[in-house]
Amino acid sequence: MAKEKFEEALDRLEDLVRKMEAGEMTLEESLKAFEEGTRLARLCARKLDEAERRVEILLKQGEDLVIKPLPGEDREC
Amino acid sequence: MMKEILTVSALNNQIKDLLEAGFVLLWVEGEVSNLRRPASGHVYFTLKDEKSQIRAVIFRSPFAPKTPFPNHRPVFDLEEGMSTICRARVSVYQPRGEYQLIVDTVEPKGIGALQMAFEQLKNRLEKEGLFDAVHKKQIPFLPERIGIITSATGAVIRDILTITHRRFPSVDILVAPVRVQGSEAPAEIIQAIDQMNAIGDIDVMILARGGGSLEDLAPFNDEGVARAIFRSRIPVISAVGHETDFTIADFVSDLRAPTPSAAAELVVPMKQDLIASLENLHHRMFHLHRRMMNRFKERLNLLRERLKNPKRRLADFRLFADDRLEKLQRIFHHKTQGRKHDLIRLESRLHQVCPLIHIHDHQFALDHLRKNMIAETGNTIERFNNRLCSLTAMLDSLSPLAVLKRGYGIVRRLSDGEIIRRADDISLGCDVHVKVLSGSFETRVTKIYEE
Repeated sequence: MAKEKFEEALDRLEDLVRKMEAGEMTLEESLKAFEEGTRLARLCARKLDEAERRVEILLKQGEDLVIKPLPGEDREC
Repeated sequence: MMKEILTVSALNNQIKDLLEAGFVLLWVEGEVSNLRRPASGHVYFTLKDEKSQIRAVIFRSPFAPKTPFPNHRPVFDLEEGMSTICRARVSVYQPRGEYQLIVDTVEPKGIGALQMAFEQLKNRLEKEGLFDAVHKKQIPFLPERIGIITSATGAVIRDILTITHRRFPSVDILVAPVRVQGSEAPAEIIQAIDQMNAIGDIDVMILARGGGSLEDLAPFNDEGVARAIFRSRIPVISAVGHETDFTIADFVSDLRAPTPSAAAELVVPMKQDLIASLENLHHRMFHLHRRMMNRFKERLNLLRERLKNPKRRLADFRLFADDRLEKLQRIFHHKTQGRKHDLIRLESRLHQVCPLIHIHDHQFALDHLRKNMIAETGNTIERFNNRLCSLTAMLDSLSPLAVLKRGYGIVRRLSDGEIIRRADDISLGCDVHVKVLSGSFETRVTKIYEE
């Protein structure tokens, strides 16, 4: 599946929950909905608690470009 | 031809009409001199260039306090010798036969040009459609990597880093350090924009700088920068710290943030909020799922319960059948008993009314009666005979026949058969019937004798 964007996943999850709340689902549908809901929730959660961010700086060395971590970037700022 | 002679005031009037009609609101450029600010708050000066000059006045607006430019941005104070551009209309002061400019807007010449240039570029780009909303790209809700084009030093980058970290610490940042002021700035900005696009995994870009004067912001009004922003595939948030005025960059970017920190707030959502809403959704879903499962289980149990029923129903049927059979037998038995009783009763009654018995009885009674009858008859006959004898005897003695033997006759009224004993029993002409000893005859009464 394409790199699902966090926002799309969240919207899809919201939609699923709303459908489940509406209550017109058959057993199969609700099982499938729950399964996909869990997958989406896990995906969103993963995006949320990914490791600390990378802060870099784009520098020109002669002709080419180089990306370096930003020195002295106060991570806890 | 008669000379037409005008009075001075008529002439001045015509000049006034001519001049005032001739010049609409105009912009005029010149240097300020003999600046005078009388107590009235009006400002008098002459506007001149190398070859000529013209008087000018700026009236104090009746509403505002005594400031020369009440309704314009107090960008600067009018000074002697300042080269300006004024917006004014021509007016004639008849009493002194002088014409002058009534000025309502003054701008320093230098800045004015910049402003003019800005307006012109803005209109041109606008016509080209660079500002059209249709080209505005969606700012991603949660970017994974943000490009920041600003000066490497200074408060701007620090603010953006702080705010983004506070709001969402796990979003990557790539800073492209550029000059944000001066003539080389535009080129660097353009290059940075293109480089960011080249890298490819940047989801959104912030083009930012702190506040500054019109000149300071010039790079952000640069056409090249505008076109770079327009061609960028990555959405651009412009954050030029100049709340009030819009730069060209603001018009062409996909989103305009009033300040760099505002841009930082806009570009990433609050992680806590997302976590909260995610947990909420997850919780609701889990809860819903469990409830739904329970409901299905319940229905299943209910159905399973009823599923057993056929067997039970079979048992029920069996019971039912037995029950019915039993009842049937009972009823049958009851009925037959009933019938038996009836039969017995009937038999006994039959027996009672059995003609045979009666026959015997009757025979018995009959014999009895016969005997009695015979006896009785015998007696009766005897009695009758006796009576008869006595009666006959009596009869003989009384028998009218005996009388008849002696020649008497029994006379009866023919009409009613009454025996006539007295003469007045009958009347003349009456028919009578006379019985004599042997036979009888009818006669009619011809005469009646009273005794």
